[in-house]
Amino acid sequence: MTANVAVAADPLQPGAAEQAEAIHIENLHKRFGALEVLKGVSMSAKDGDVVAMIGGSGSGKSTFLRCINFLENPTSGVIRINGEDVKMVSDGHGGQVPANRRQIERIRSRLGMVFQNFNLWQHMTLIQNVIEVPVHVLGMKRDEAMAIGEQLLERVGLSAKRDVYPAYMSGGQQQRGAIARALAIQPRVMLFDEPTSALDPELVGEVLKVIADLAKEGRTMLLVTHEMKFAREVASHVMYLHNGIVEEEGPPEQLFGSPKSERLKQFIRTVS
Amino acid sequence: MSNVLGETEIEVPIETFPIHKEKDASSLASKLPPHRIVLILIGLALVASAALFMRWDWLPQYGGLILQGLWRTIWILVVTVVLGFLLAVPLGLAQASGPAFLAIPARAFCTVIRGTPLLVQLWLLYYGLGSLFPQYPWIRGSELWPYLRQAWPYAVLALTLSYAGYEGEVMRGAFAGVPKGQLESARAFGMPRFTIFRRIWLPQAIHRALPTLAGEAVLQLKSTPLVATITVVDLYSVASRVRQDTFLTYEPLLLLAAGYLVITGIIVMLFRRVERLIPSKLG
Repeated sequence: MTANVAVAADPLQPGAAEQAEAIHIENLHKRFGALEVLKGVSMSAKDGDVVAMIGGSGSGKSTFLRCINFLENPTSGVIRINGEDVKMVSDGHGGQVPANRRQIERIRSRLGMVFQNFNLWQHMTLIQNVIEVPVHVLGMKRDEAMAIGEQLLERVGLSAKRDVYPAYMSGGQQQRGAIARALAIQPRVMLFDEPTSALDPELVGEVLKVIADLAKEGRTMLLVTHEMKFAREVASHVMYLHNGIVEEEGPPEQLFGSPKSERLKQFIRTVS
Repeated sequence: MSNVLGETEIEVPIETFPIHKEKDASSLASKLPPHRIVLILIGLALVASAALFMRWDWLPQYGGLILQGLWRTIWILVVTVVLGFLLAVPLGLAQASGPAFLAIPARAFCTVIRGTPLLVQLWLLYYGLGSLFPQYPWIRGSELWPYLRQAWPYAVLALTLSYAGYEGEVMRGAFAGVPKGQLESARAFGMPRFTIFRRIWLPQAIHRALPTLAGEAVLQLKSTPLVATITVVDLYSVASRVRQDTFLTYEPLLLLAAGYLVITGIIVMLFRRVERLIPSKLG
């Protein structure tokens, strides 16, 4: 693809910790009609960072994540991904849209998104899901994609489900498959949008374990989650969003151990 | 959850359902339950009595003509279903998510086609266009004229437009019915729009529409006899000819019915086979 995109040679081992800035966001606003969901959120993630975003429902954390890969168009703000500033133009209705769809597609293909509802493609088997983007978007050879895909399925514990359609898999298996699909594009950053919220309680653990393993190997991740305990254990940085602004942020020990804001204290009390 | 990061069993022993339920092929009894045997016997008795008590001596004389008619019915059906479907995809897409300047004409087309009898459309094209064309010398002089003077191009055109009109509506629903998340995850991975359409949206829409499309193909088969009214010699018009020549009432009609029944069976079987390529649990 482009020269400034760092592609790790081995998809299972992300690039060494050169600590370059993978995501940089400044003063992001998002408005749906009269409702302002994000009121100026900034963040930055270096390679190897695991940033967890917590907050009540309606706090804007999912919207923020969706703005990063432009599933929602931010109303204003600076978004820099892979060191690339995303150019926006006015849509004529007070909002803005990406100026260059190619740029957006290029950026998206470096961000591995995992959805709350898995969204595995229902008409493809698991392995077909995993190799779809490498083969049909990134132009990888089929054999090569297959080899990588099989490795990835093995590491999420789904080798046996290789040729099974998503409809015949449990929620936890589908979500692990979706993680393998996201890893297959060799992403610079993994984006998790409440990956365990749609799962039955007994299936949450298997998915969290896969995510924790990714964190351990130094993968850059942005994680929107309701699992406080999990966020505390894997994150290197935690952001607490409330009503579209960052109410408090910092290392997990500090945020969970000695929260300053009254709202965060209350939030931690109610969820734990 | 006491220990989130602790030892969690990764492989959850959930039974995978077999995609196609395997039938026990070895036992003949399961394939031939008593009621089915009775039905088969009744069917055989009907065929035998038709063969014994009715007149079929005209068959050898008209055999060639019947095969020709059968062939014409089949190719008209196949060509119009394929072409009609190819038109239905953009018609459905325009209505499901196109801009107004495409969606409105598409909707208008489907409404007009679905709101008027096929026979009227056929006659309007054949007698309308067919009598308009000869007035223009450049058409008469064109390469296409040898075809435009014949009836079958009008039959194919009318049946194609008809199938496109009905299936455009079916495809609209099918496109709209594909869950948003399926397309969103494709967008999230940087798929270009046409790739999303080709790889995700269209296959899932077709799969959703297949049972309806199969039914519509059967209906299309039974619309084909209308082409006899504009002098195209299909299976039905051969049967009419036999009736006129031999003054037999039932025999040619029975044979005709049997012919359409067999083609219908083949259509249904073919569509089932395609449907089975993907498991039916979608979305």
